[in-house]
Amino acid sequence: MLRTLIAAGALAFAPIAAAAHDTGPNDAQIAHIAYTAGQLDVAAAQQALKKSTNPEVRAFAELMARDHAAVNDHAVALVTRLGVSPEANPTSTALTEAAAATHDRLETLEGAAFDAAYVANEVAFHRTVNTALAGTLIPHADNAELKALLETGLSLFQSHQAHAEHLASSVR
Amino acid sequence: MPNTSRLRSGRPVVETADLTRRAALLTVAASAAAAALPAAARARTHTIVMEKMRFGPSPTGLRVGDTIVWVNRDLFRHTATARNRSFDVDLVPGASGRTILRTPGTVDYICRFHPGMTGRLIVAS
Repeated sequence: MLRTLIAAGALAFAPIAAAAHDTGPNDAQIAHIAYTAGQLDVAAAQQALKKSTNPEVRAFAELMARDHAAVNDHAVALVTRLGVSPEANPTSTALTEAAAATHDRLETLEGAAFDAAYVANEVAFHRTVNTALAGTLIPHADNAELKALLETGLSLFQSHQAHAEHLASSVR
Repeated sequence: MPNTSRLRSGRPVVETADLTRRAALLTVAASAAAAALPAAARARTHTIVMEKMRFGPSPTGLRVGDTIVWVNRDLFRHTATARNRSFDVDLVPGASGRTILRTPGTVDYICRFHPGMTGRLIVAS
């Protein structure tokens, strides 16, 4: 579990930190990172809804699927209106690869073991994304509407992180 | 002894049973009218907006009989849920709902989906 957490953090941060040394990510890259993070969490929620029978875990997964889809719908509408094409970058690629590895590992688990691993990863994932949002993505966002959407996203994901942390103590 | 507790005058309580009963009936009628008509005239509607993962400021001067209109202007589904379970309004983005304040007191409320969203209603009788 610890190894996953560190891996997720390291993968996500290394490229962002490198980018921050020069000009930082541009809006097209920021949009891609934020959108990718949302999609990955929706996919993780779908896996949980397929595998888990724990009512609290399922309620959490339904919330993740709904809230992250809502943010991403607005993100798509915004970048379309702004004429910005989200641009793949090492950070979003690293997030996707880490999520694929987590998906495969969770797929081998069942019952309480799955629930604990899913929730632990949700804590780690939201922590990673929130640190990136607060420390890199929001400060570097140029467009005011994109920045505002990221800030709303941060408030939402902080709520999710607290929820996941609370849930983690009951499914451990 | 007849119940004279509704008589509010500073004069000595009339001990005659018949007079007391009449006075009590009049008082009851007057109380009912006071509760119905002026309360209806006084009752106000207050709006609390949910936006950017927050509840807007709680209105002040709330009284029993007033209505809260909850408006979800956020991107996400939210609830306004009383911790004492006296109300639970579940709103998709763009929706609104109403709560009529029935009892005086302090009611803390949260969003069940995002419990970091909190607010407090202080309702006077």
